[in-house]
Amino acid sequence: MLTIAGLSTGYGHIEALRGVDLEVRAGEIVTLIGANGAGKSTLLMSVCGSPRAWRGRILFEGRDITRMPTFEIVRLGIAQSPEGRRIFPRMTVLENLQMGATTAPEHFEDGLRRVFKLFPRLEERRLQRGGTLSGGEQQMLSIGRALMSRPRLLLLDEPSLGLAPMIVKQIFQVIREVNEQEGMTVFLVEQNAFHALRLAHRGYVMMNGRITLSGTGRELLANREVRAAYLEGGHGA
Amino acid sequence: MAVAGDPAPAAPPIAAILKDAALAAIVTFALALPLVGFETIDVSGVGLGLNFRFAAVAIATATVFLGRIGLAAIALGRPIAVLVPSAGVAAAAALGPWPMRTVAWLVAIAAAVLALRAGLALRRLAPGAGAGAAIPARIVGRLRRVAPPLLLALGVAFPFLPFTDQRLLDIAILVVTYVMLGWGLNIVVGLAGLLDLGYVAFYAVGAYTFGLLALNFDVGFWGALPAAGALAAMVGLLLGFPVLRLRGDYLAIVTLGFGEIIRIVLQNWWEVTGGPNGVSNIPRPTFFGLPFKAEPDEGEATFATFLGLDFSPAHRVTFLYFIILAMALIVNAFTRRIRRLPVGRAWEALREDEIACRALGINPTNTKLSAFAIGAMFAGFAGSFFAARQGFISPESFTFIESAVILAIVVLGGMGSQLGIVLAAIVLIGLPEFLRELNQFRMLAFGAGMVAIMVWRPLGLLSHREPTIRLHATGDRA
Repeated sequence: MLTIAGLSTGYGHIEALRGVDLEVRAGEIVTLIGANGAGKSTLLMSVCGSPRAWRGRILFEGRDITRMPTFEIVRLGIAQSPEGRRIFPRMTVLENLQMGATTAPEHFEDGLRRVFKLFPRLEERRLQRGGTLSGGEQQMLSIGRALMSRPRLLLLDEPSLGLAPMIVKQIFQVIREVNEQEGMTVFLVEQNAFHALRLAHRGYVMMNGRITLSGTGRELLANREVRAAYLEGGHGA
Repeated sequence: MAVAGDPAPAAPPIAAILKDAALAAIVTFALALPLVGFETIDVSGVGLGLNFRFAAVAIATATVFLGRIGLAAIALGRPIAVLVPSAGVAAAAALGPWPMRTVAWLVAIAAAVLALRAGLALRRLAPGAGAGAAIPARIVGRLRRVAPPLLLALGVAFPFLPFTDQRLLDIAILVVTYVMLGWGLNIVVGLAGLLDLGYVAFYAVGAYTFGLLALNFDVGFWGALPAAGALAAMVGLLLGFPVLRLRGDYLAIVTLGFGEIIRIVLQNWWEVTGGPNGVSNIPRPTFFGLPFKAEPDEGEATFATFLGLDFSPAHRVTFLYFIILAMALIVNAFTRRIRRLPVGRAWEALREDEIACRALGINPTNTKLSAFAIGAMFAGFAGSFFAARQGFISPESFTFIESAVILAIVVLGGMGSQLGIVLAAIVLIGLPEFLRELNQFRMLAFGAGMVAIMVWRPLGLLSHREPTIRLHATGDRA
C-alpha cells in the first residue's frame, strides 16, 4: 500500500533520513521505533511531503506521490495525527472534527458517530474548546480528527507521548479496533517500543536516519539488540 | 480611635501618605510647567508671545495631590470619605463655569475615576458582596445576546431620533464606515489570522476606481460599486501571491509596504490620478436615479420633487447613512454565513495551525488568497462610498494611520468578534469626534482609550469566539 524506496531527506544541510526502504501492506499495523532524533517523525512527515524527499520515491497504492502537494496526498486517502497533536485550540471539539472531514464532508455525520463511539469522552466534551482539553483528550481528538476523513492509511506520530498509562492503553485499543474491524492500515511511529511492538504486525527499528532492523512485532520484541536498546529498564505500564 | 473628619486613622502613617502625595504632585508640577504652563499667543503687531497659565498648572498639581491622598484613603478603608468630595468635584468640574474647558474636563475625569474606585471599594466592603468577580462574565454574556438586536434597531432608527442633528449623523456615518472597514479587515486578520497593515490600500483602490470612472466615463455610484469591489479584490490577489509564504511580523511588514506603494503610486501617477490634487467633483449617489439637489435642471426630477417633499440637505445625509449601514450589514451577514461554510472554517483553522490544515487536505494557497481578496473587496466598496460621500479624494486620505486605526478597531474589539468591532469603532472613532472640544488633546484621548482597553481587557472588548456548529449529530438518528 505504502512503499518507500531509497528515501533521503532533511532540513537545510542536515540529512535526517539516509536511504530508507520501508513497506506497509494493506490491512497491517506497522510500527517504526527508535530513539529520539533517529528520524522517525521526519519519515512520517515526508510521506505527506514536508519535508520533501531529496532522493528516493514514495508510492501510495502504486501511485508516485513524491512530488505531490500535501493537500493532494491527503485527498488520496492518507490521514495523519501529527507530532504534537496539532489540534485547533480555539475551535471546539466538534469544529475540530468537522475540519477533519474536509476531504469527505458527505461522511461528516457517519464519521462523527464512529469517532464518538471510539472515544465517548470526546462526545462529552464536544462543545469545549480544543485548547482546554487534557493531554489525553487532545490526543483522542487528534486521532479522531484523522479518522473523520475515512482514510485507508492512518499515520500516527507518538500517540502515547506524555500520557498516563491508562490512556495509552485505551488509545492503543482503539488503534487495534479500527484495524481489525475496518481493515484500516496503520503506520505508527512510537517511542513506547514495548506497547507498539505488541500491537503491530510488523516493525522497523530506526537509528540515525537508517533502518537497522525489521521483522514481525514478536520477533523484534524477542530480539536481543532491541531489548537492550529500547526495552530494558522498564516496560512502561 | 480616629477623630471624625480626619482623613485617616491615627495608626496609619499620615506622614508617608503626605510624602507620597507630595512627590506625585512635584512630578506633576515638573511635567505640567513646560507642557501646560506656557501657551503661545498671537500678540497683535508684535508676533508670537508667551502666556503663562499659572491656574492650569496649579489645578493640575492640586488634583494629583488630592487624588493621591484619596487613593490612599480608599486603600485604608475610608471610601465614603473619598466618594462624597470626589463626586462633588467631578460634578462641579463638569458643570461649573471654569475658565479652561480642557482643564475642567481633565479634573472632572480624574475626580470621576476616583469616585468610581471609591464606589467599587464601598461595594466590596459591603456585606454579602462576595459574588463580585462573577458579575463581569455574566454581564458580558448578556450583552452579547441582547446588544446586537438593540444596536441594529438603534442603527436603523438613528436618523429619526429627536436629538439627532446633522453633525451627529455625520459622525454616525463615519463610525459606520469604520465598522464596515473593521468587519472587512476582520475577515483577513480576525478569521484568517493574516496580519495586514496595508488594508487602507484597498480602500484607496475602491475610492479611486469610482472617482476616476466618474471623472472619465461619467459612471454613477451604483454603476461603479461592483467595479470598485472587483478591482480591489484583484489588487488583494496581487498582494496575496507574493506574501503567501509569510506569516506574522514578516507579513505585516510587507503589507505595510504595499499600502504605502499604492498611496505613492496614486500620488505620483498624476496623469491618471491627479496626483496630490486628487479627484474632485465626484457625483453623489442617487436614489434609484433621483438626485438630491436643491435646484434641479429644467424638467429633472429630484428626490424631493418626486416624492413631493420640500428640499432638505438632511435627505441626502440620511440616505448616505442608510447606504453605508446597509453595506456594513451585508459584510456582517456575509461573515456570519461564511464562517459556517468550508472556506470560512478553513480560514479559522489556518489561523490556528497551518501545518495541521495541510495535513487535513486544505489548500492553504487558495484559502489565504480568498481571505485577502474578499477582505479587499469589502474595503473597495467602502472606499467607493467614501469617495461618494466626500465628493473629493486625494492620496492624503489613505495614509498608514488609517490602516492602523482600522487594525486597532479589530484588535481592540477582540479579534474575530463582530460586536466588539462595533463597540471599538464607537469608542475609537465616535468619542474623539465628540471630544473635539479637547482639540489638541484629542489624539491623547485616543491613545488613552487604547491603553485603557489593553489594560482592562487585554484580549479586546469582547474576545469570545462563537462556535460555528452546535448540532449533536449522533443523538438525532441513532
